[in-house]
Amino acid sequence: MDRLPRWADITLVPLVSLLFAAAISALVLLVIGQSPVEAFKVMVDGALGSPYGWGYTLYYATSFIFTGLAVTVAFHAGLFNIGGEGQAQLGGLGVALVCLSLPWPHWTVALIAATAGAALFGAAWAAVPAYLQAKRGSHIVITTIMFNYIAAALLVYVLVDVLRPTGQMDPASARFPVGAQLPALNDIPGFNLIFQRPVPANVTLLIALAMAVVVWALLWRTRLGYQIRAFGKSEAAAKYAGINPVRITIIAMLISGGLAGMMSINNVMGEAERLLQNSSEGAGFIGIAVALMGRNHPFGVVLAALLFGFLYQGGAELGLWTNIPIEMRIVVQGLVILFTGALDVMVRMILERLFRLFRSTKAMRAA
Amino acid sequence: MDYATLLQLLDTTLRLATPLLLACLAGLYSERAGIFDIGLEGKMLAAAMSAGAVAALTGSAWAGLLAGIGASMLFALLHGIAAITFRGNQLISGVALNFLASGLTVLIAQALFQQGGRTPPLSGPARFNAITLPGAEALREVPLIGPLYYEVISGHSVLVYMAFLIVPLTWWILFRTRFGLRLRAVGENPAAVDTAGISVVGLRFAAVGITGILCGIAGAYMATALQAGFGREMTAGRGYIALAALIFAKWRPVAAMWACLLFGFFQALALRPDVVQAVVQVRVPVPLLDALPYLLTVLVLAGFVGKAIPPRAGGQPYVKER
Repeated sequence: MDRLPRWADITLVPLVSLLFAAAISALVLLVIGQSPVEAFKVMVDGALGSPYGWGYTLYYATSFIFTGLAVTVAFHAGLFNIGGEGQAQLGGLGVALVCLSLPWPHWTVALIAATAGAALFGAAWAAVPAYLQAKRGSHIVITTIMFNYIAAALLVYVLVDVLRPTGQMDPASARFPVGAQLPALNDIPGFNLIFQRPVPANVTLLIALAMAVVVWALLWRTRLGYQIRAFGKSEAAAKYAGINPVRITIIAMLISGGLAGMMSINNVMGEAERLLQNSSEGAGFIGIAVALMGRNHPFGVVLAALLFGFLYQGGAELGLWTNIPIEMRIVVQGLVILFTGALDVMVRMILERLFRLFRSTKAMRAA
Repeated sequence: MDYATLLQLLDTTLRLATPLLLACLAGLYSERAGIFDIGLEGKMLAAAMSAGAVAALTGSAWAGLLAGIGASMLFALLHGIAAITFRGNQLISGVALNFLASGLTVLIAQALFQQGGRTPPLSGPARFNAITLPGAEALREVPLIGPLYYEVISGHSVLVYMAFLIVPLTWWILFRTRFGLRLRAVGENPAAVDTAGISVVGLRFAAVGITGILCGIAGAYMATALQAGFGREMTAGRGYIALAALIFAKWRPVAAMWACLLFGFFQALALRPDVVQAVVQVRVPVPLLDALPYLLTVLVLAGFVGKAIPPRAGGQPYVKER
């Protein structure tokens, strides 16, 4: 069978998958008696039509860059980390503990410490499944799912019984001190010319973009990155080349968990400014869709995160202004994962057939 | 804790273990045939919504059950197409279908009934109601055994008894029939099955189909027996607990029943923190009780409670040599 040209594999496969997902989403809307065209207009208008909308789109995208990168790093090591959600929630706990521990003098200092706390807690939550996979052969997919539930239970306990200030009813931590509050994009000189109203997107966006570059450099420009990719491509070959599988599994999962944990500086420190229950709101799972859509490349992850940021903000607008429930975005998310992750062979087969048809007509014309 | 409280706990255990057991047996067929299925949750959810909706519209719980099985089979078919026909990643397909079910159920329920993504409350013949087993009333006064029979064993819906009857049936199918032998073989060594001239694809689709049926019953039970109607995310991770039970039971049907009863017991305990506190004399946080099944599964996976060895060809698409 002919292989697809490289450019088609990189651009057409995700685009066609996206088209399939969009077509079926439109079909779903038609079935429940809504107009797909109207819905799309509301989404574009609400998510991209104003700086205010962009402020939300970029806010969601920031979280998704982190979790998408987290899934990407693990994927390159041949590991499927479904535990991003739990790792992100633990990251949130790390952020909260750091922010509440000291009267921080300035947000820059607090940001550095909170980032470290978030990464450390996220990585620690990934460490146990990583160790069990590397040393005891238990399947990482199952253990990370279990750890998501354990994380949720742990956070309920911590928020209700430990971090909740006396006299407060809702299960949440105290508000962070002023010194630990991050500037939103509308507070930053330059950006404030565009964002004149308060938006949730904050300085964390720049950290997320920087992390995308760091992950790219790590994977393709360092020895460790080479080892991770080699191990992911073929465990047997990697072992033969002297790469220690236990070490790579654990390191890759620690990086992955750390990245997932870091998303919490965006939502916990940058937006809510206190730790709430279910703070990550499923962003850990969206990381799977983002990584698949972005073809496991940091550049693709950033683009896919923007797309999902649009989907999330647009979906929220649908819930506000139309009769379409907000759950529509979960449907689209599922469809994107299905087509880019599980039916990618089907998409490739269709494209290969089209290309062969195209080539044979060209050959006939030449003859 | 007195005897009456214990009986109450056991009664709740049985009711809560039933959906776990059905989903667990569902997963058993699929995984024994070499197809990982983390989409049990989504199939149950889809079935619960369809069952709740159809039972509300027709007023018949049995019609609801059929609709639930149908919806679940549809998701199973999608999983089969992705995992078997197109040899896609089975784990990713399961994750995708879970999301799809989570969103679609709310969308459809909202479009049908405009009640915030719920289906209308069911009553009378639209639900599977409790059955009093023969002799339960008569034996009620017999000390110890009478109340046990009356309170715990009797007084459940027909689906509960069905679930527990499927356990020996599954054992018999897997270990005493030709189909079962082939099913297990295709999960261990599909190439050998293929060499013997038996269709790997056919067997795997059959297994995935059975998974669909059983998840369908599990979901229908949730919406038409355990509760009176569908509510968003009503399965609440039961598909994953069932998966945990399956590993805990090392992919064996009778052990699966005990595992599900154990996890059902934990769920029953989580509903009664007062009882737990009275027994252990320490205040146990409810979240810890909620997390117990997951913690236990991690311990099992870590090999501390016996080693769980999955079917050998699990998760790998079968490619016929060319």
